[in-house]
Parts: sequence; C-alpha cells; structure tokens
Amino acid sequence: MATNLEQLYQQIILDHARERHGSGLLENTGPGSVGESHQLNPVCGDEITLRTVVDGGTVASLSWDGAGCAISMASASVLTDLVEGLERDEAVGLIDAFREVMRSRGTIPADEEVLGDAAAFSGVSRYPARVKCAMLAWVALEESLLAANG
Amino acid sequence: MAVVSPPVTLLPPEAPFANAEVLRIRNDFPILGTEVNGAPLVYLDSGATSQNPVSVLEAEQEFYEQRNAAVHRGAHTLAVEATDAYEAARAAVAGFINARPDELVWTSNATEAINLVAYAMSNAAAGRGGAEAERFRVGPGDTIVVTEMEHHANLIPWQELAARTGAELRFLPVDDDGALRLEDAAGVITPATKILAFTHASNVLGTINPVAELVRLAKEVGALTLLDACQSVPHLPVDVKALDVDFLVLSGHKMLGPTGIGALYGRSELLNAMPPFLTGGSMITTVTMERAEYLPAPNRFEAGTQRISQAIALGAAANYLSETGMHRIEAWESELGARLVEGLTAIEGIRVLGPRAGVPRIGLAAFDVAGVHAHDVGQFLDEQGIAVRVGHHCAQPLHRRLGLTATTRASTYLYNTTDEVDFFLEAVAGVRPFFGAR
Repeated sequence: MATNLEQLYQQIILDHARERHGSGLLENTGPGSVGESHQLNPVCGDEITLRTVVDGGTVASLSWDGAGCAISMASASVLTDLVEGLERDEAVGLIDAFREVMRSRGTIPADEEVLGDAAAFSGVSRYPARVKCAMLAWVALEESLLAANG
Repeated sequence: MAVVSPPVTLLPPEAPFANAEVLRIRNDFPILGTEVNGAPLVYLDSGATSQNPVSVLEAEQEFYEQRNAAVHRGAHTLAVEATDAYEAARAAVAGFINARPDELVWTSNATEAINLVAYAMSNAAAGRGGAEAERFRVGPGDTIVVTEMEHHANLIPWQELAARTGAELRFLPVDDDGALRLEDAAGVITPATKILAFTHASNVLGTINPVAELVRLAKEVGALTLLDACQSVPHLPVDVKALDVDFLVLSGHKMLGPTGIGALYGRSELLNAMPPFLTGGSMITTVTMERAEYLPAPNRFEAGTQRISQAIALGAAANYLSETGMHRIEAWESELGARLVEGLTAIEGIRVLGPRAGVPRIGLAAFDVAGVHAHDVGQFLDEQGIAVRVGHHCAQPLHRRLGLTATTRASTYLYNTTDEVDFFLEAVAGVRPFFGAR
C-alpha cells in the first residue's frame, strides 16, 4: 500500500510539516511595505494568514500562521524557504509554475530546477481533493504581494 | 407493494446479526464488492451517505421502465399506476416511523424539510395563514432553541429565521463528553420559546439525546418540537407517536435510499394549520388571478412535479429495513460502535469524541489523532480502501466547543462486519508511525 502514499507524502513534506519554516507571524520593524492575506479552505478548515514584506522590489521576508494538514503546512514552509530574497516578479513566476503543475492531474512533472523542494509536491496533483491544500499558502502569497504593492 | 414475511430466524428480534447474516446482507449491496486503490472497499462513511440494496435500485429502474408518469394529474392508466406506487411509498415510509401517510411530506432532503418549517413560521410571522397559524408566529421577544451539537442543517435555517423575524436564537450547551447539559435547560427553554429543534443522534458524537426529557421541557412551556432524525431513523426503531415530537425530519440517502429525497413528519393538525413554504402547481384547490386556496397536508407542501422515482425507491428502502428488522440493526450497530470506541481508545494518541466506552452511542466514532491532521488520516486510510469522513462534518460550532477544527469519522451500518472494524483499527494504529507524529 505504501508506494502511492509515499509518493504523495515524500520525506521532505513530512519533515516540513513537523518543522515549519516561517511559522509565527512577524511584525515588520524594518523598511518595506507589508502585505497580508488570509486563506481558508472551507472543505477541511485549513487556514493560513501570511504576511509578506516587499522592499525595493524584493521579497524581504515572509511569515505565516496556519493550521491544517501536512500538505498545506509543509507547502507553506517550503514556500518560505524558496521565496525569501526573490524579486517580486520571480516570486510571481514561481507561483504560476507551481500552480500549473498542481492543476495538471499528474500530467506535468515538476521541474526541480525551477521549483526546488516544492517539486516534492508533484504527487499531490494526482489527488484533486488535495490540490487546494498544497495551493493554500501560494494563493496567500499571491494576494499578499498584491496587497504589499499598494 | 409486495408483502414480505420477516426473515426466518431462531434468534430473538433484538439479537445482533450473526456474521453469516451480515455476509448475506452484503450480497444485496453491489457496491460493497468493489475495490478501491486495489484493495477491497471498506465503507465506513454511511453517516454521510449509505449504500443502496438491489431492491432499491430495481424499484427506481422498474418505475422508469414500466410506470413513469406524472402523479396526481392525468387519468390515463400509467398516471394512475404511478400515483398508486408513489402513495404506497409514502405509506411505507410513514409506517416505518409509525406516522399516518397524510403526516408525511416529501422534500428534497432533510435540510429542505427543516427549511420548510422555518419558512412556514416566517410566513406565519409575516401574517400568512390566518388565525390558525398563530402558534407558528415568531418575533421580537420570542426564542428559538437548538443545541450546540447540531448539524449546520439544523442551525442555519434557525439563525436565518431569527434574523428575519427579530426572534432570538439560543442553544443548549454540551459538556466535554458531548452530552447535553440538561441542568442548563430550564434557563434556556422558557415560556418565550416558540420551537425547540434538536438532533436525535449526533452525527459527530454518536450521542443519543434524551428525547422524552427535552419534549417534556418544551411542552411545559408550550414550545413546538422538531427532531432531526437523520442519524436515528436509519439505525434505530423510531416511533414518532412514542417520541411525541411535533415535527421530525429524515434523509433518504442515509437510510439506503437515493439522494434527492427526504421527508418531513408533522402532526396532522399542525401541518394543516401551517402556511405553505414553496408554492405553485399541485398544492392548490381554487386559483384566481388574485389568490389561491391550498390543499390539505401533505400536498399543500408539495408544489410542482415531485421526486417520484426517488420516493418510490425510498419506500423500497424502508421496506428493506423493516424486513431486516430495525431492532436487530440497532443491536448490530451498537456492537460495531462499541468495538470502534474500545479499539480506538486503546490506540496511543487517539482521542475519541462523545460518550465514553460503555455509554450507549450509535454505530459511529469521530476521533482526533494527535499530531496528524484529519485530512492526512483520511488519505492514509483511503490508500487501503477504507472510506471515512474527514473535516468538521457540518458541525463547526461543536468542533470549536471541543477545541478542534477537523476530525476523522468512521460510521457503520447494517452491512459492516466486525472484520472491517478490526481492519480499520489496525490501519488507524499505523497512522502516527507513518507521519512520524510525536
């Protein structure tokens, strides 16, 4: 039974679900503009509040508070590692690339060169009911970047 | 309707099934022979929707192949036969809960049945229905009472009724074991209370509520009672006259019937005094361009073309359950429920909601797994062919009260075996190790 399950819950995901990077909302005391987004998946109750600081066109920091399944929490943790220090446009490109893989029902393999550790979520795309879990933090980032723009 | 004699058995009518009997029952349910993810299906989600026996599937197909016609209109032979089958189904479902046929209104589901009463009260509050509708009028100063363990279906229609009419919505709280705090009831159910709406058996906790006590409290203050019987009618013998409730709602697809059909039971004098909810064709006597006169119950609540094949299939489901014996089904599920709770309680890191082991419950158990989200638990079990429900089970306030957002629920029915329960328990024991939960 384990093969499908192990493909879905790769070790990277289980590790990030336990040790969550970026967990705990940070107050911004430095320069830059702050954007925040709250996302809720009413189906399972997964929830995240994500705060982004954009400074000079760069994602200076990302922090979040959330509760949910291993996939949603690990996804937020991996996202934090990937995005900090990126240009805003690069971050948006990353979100688009991740979304494309997630919506592919397993037909588009994740490019590890582009998505790094987030490629571990490839298996999720074959479980339509779980795609929202993986996307939760990424949608929050997308919204918070727009909010930080203002 | 064919009259079927009860199954020949040497056991008393209250005895749980023998394993061989359950295997025979399973043969009536084609879906139980299927595989999921390469493993035999272990279906433990009957609390959400139950599976259908062949007799139910055939009743629906037979109707479409041999009798399909609009009911209560047209004089041709098919229309007469369709009407007869449709009304026989009403009699079967009404009889199943010891109601008269004219006390049973078809609805799309239990949710619509509750909304029917809530909107009828709202319409009465707006002045519809004349003097006989007085007891349904709610407004400022009145209260509507529910419990903290309600499914959203028996909460939100009352929130909306309160918002529309200016009445106040109050609730009976639950304790940490998921039992209603009856000691608080006297302060909540007061002479201002117009209706008390509560669940017979909780879809999350498995708790069986003390209906007689609650009905007594409601009657003392002249309040109407509405019983959400979605989780009791499929699993226990239910007698509306013995329970002495004013209204009761049930769901077809949770009692071996199809989706798209449910029913409202109401005491005859109440149904006939209540203004209608949905209006249109088939529920009227005389219509002018200005106004209409309405038929007596149940037809006054059945506007438009009805769910004919679904009603007939639900009638077949009620007959199947009666023939199998509700006392035996209750006894069997009580055994499965106890096995679930004892087994789950013995696994490290599992917290079972609701009554403790040894306290009566219906055959379901919702539980929290320390360090693992319910969604992940469900995924892990699905991989082994086990279907369970995960999430808040349409009871967010109850979960919040218990300090949780989502749980996993295994719910049994007459066709589940003790082997299935044991296989499920073994699988649950593997969840925390797999996820490395600490």
